[in-house]
Amino acid sequence: MNDFLNRYLPNVMENKSEIWESTYETLYMVFMTSLFSAIFGIALGVILVATDKGGILANRWVYSILEKIVNFFRSVPFIILIAIVVPVTRLLTGTSIGMNAAIVPLVIGIVPFYARQIQNALLEVDPGIIEATQAMGSGPVEIIFRVYLKEGLTGIIRASSVTVINLIGLTTMAGAIGSGGLGSLAINKGYNRFQLDITFVATILILLLVFVCQFIGDYFTRKSTH
Amino acid sequence: MISLSRINVTFNTGSRTLVAARDIDLRVDEGDVFGIVGYSGAGKSTLVRVMNLLQRPSSGEVVVNGQKLLELTPKELRSARKKIGMIFQHFNLMKSRTVYDNVLYPLKSSRMPKSEKDRKVRELLQLVGLSDKLASYPSQLSGGQKQRVAIARALANEPRILLCDEATSALDPKTTLSILDLLRDLNRELGLTIVIITHEMQVVKEICNKVAVMEEGAIVEQGDIVSIFSEPKQPLTRDFIHTATHFGQTMEKIMSHPSLARMENDDLLCKISYVGSRTSEAIVSDIATRFGVSANILFGNVEILQQTPVGSLIVVLSGGRSELEKALAYLRSLDVTVDRLDSPGKAALGGASVV
Repeated sequence: MNDFLNRYLPNVMENKSEIWESTYETLYMVFMTSLFSAIFGIALGVILVATDKGGILANRWVYSILEKIVNFFRSVPFIILIAIVVPVTRLLTGTSIGMNAAIVPLVIGIVPFYARQIQNALLEVDPGIIEATQAMGSGPVEIIFRVYLKEGLTGIIRASSVTVINLIGLTTMAGAIGSGGLGSLAINKGYNRFQLDITFVATILILLLVFVCQFIGDYFTRKSTH
Repeated sequence: MISLSRINVTFNTGSRTLVAARDIDLRVDEGDVFGIVGYSGAGKSTLVRVMNLLQRPSSGEVVVNGQKLLELTPKELRSARKKIGMIFQHFNLMKSRTVYDNVLYPLKSSRMPKSEKDRKVRELLQLVGLSDKLASYPSQLSGGQKQRVAIARALANEPRILLCDEATSALDPKTTLSILDLLRDLNRELGLTIVIITHEMQVVKEICNKVAVMEEGAIVEQGDIVSIFSEPKQPLTRDFIHTATHFGQTMEKIMSHPSLARMENDDLLCKISYVGSRTSEAIVSDIATRFGVSANILFGNVEILQQTPVGSLIVVLSGGRSELEKALAYLRSLDVTVDRLDSPGKAALGGASVV
């Protein structure tokens, strides 16, 4: 077995520890970004739905301003976004390079996307149910937490797994500011130094990560459907 | 119990202004089962939503349970709404919750102890006959069962009023009747005041004691059900009643087959309507013995509304001219309404009927 690996993946075998480290970095970035994005993205998605025309807290100004911000950040290509938000990154993390610095643009890049997904998921909640709970005397906070987030759970889970998969893609670009991770490994070690086996293995690992996320997402989607 | 005065509701859809309710005055007393009928788009659903302010009127006053709803703070309005139950055409149950949890939902924010809530939910589901479905999800229930869950949920906070927005329109006729039976029981046993929005006069006939007929955002006629059914004044009201009693179809058949009537020269084709305990047989035999006028009954229908029979007959009266006059005068003296109808022959020519 070892002979086989040494023969066909020589560079991989030589840089084993670096590959593990890169995998850890990717997982770390995905996890931390997911954590922050979940909070901000769900909050933003809920606010969009609530303040939309006919929503439970309809407010044209808040809605149109937030919507424009979301659209703006969704339109900026991520690789450029990383550069643009450097001042913010520095402010929040004290540095503009490395794994932690990468989390800032990743969150800023993924939150608008996620918020939109959440918004769509919540819009699928039957408006009749919202009306019924209003008729029962539920207030906005109760409706958000006990109706929208519960009735929309299947959609929220689906949106989350799509978002995490998207996020894995974005982390590979964060290599541009020295974040490390499997993306920069594939480019810097693999591509730039003609060690194609490293690129290959990095890709496999990323795909594996995507499949696992997809699987977990599907599992919970199924579990939450009645 | 519920009093709406001078209610107007207008929607601005860009350039057009849509009037969904115009100058509506309506009173629902405690213990009433109040029906509001009208075709789609008549503004019935808007009107019922005014009663719990799901729809704010553009002007007017809404008093429910002695509270002026428009003057309440949002918080006060929410607690007022807890005392106004509502059910819907599409049930609006939460799909992610079991039957038990759906009924529990309105109780969650109350300060009742947990065991008390549990008892309450089980009691409500027993009341609507679904004790065996506690753990089911709405998707596993039939339409009628879903509506029963919705009724249990609406009653959780012990409201004095139940608003029903087309609550039986998505159900088959048999299930409709069973839901109406349940509503009638609730009205009788809990003294629940019920407002029913529907486009089916059949529903109104079944359980309402009062009815209002709506068209283009306005109430065209309202009153207690017996007088509306026996003496409808507006053409629209008559329309609704005729669809409920199949009167219209019958008339059409009679008119298109003159042979059914088999009329001689002086014969009269009449519609005889009466309210109360008087039976059709007595009327017919009465005029036969007193005036020698024979009545050929083409169609007869008796509705029992609120324990009062409301009947209508279509007859061909034959006899001598003067006897006929006397018989008609006699019938009118008995508080029986007699309308002469154009004979089928003439109707076929002229195409007009006076029904």
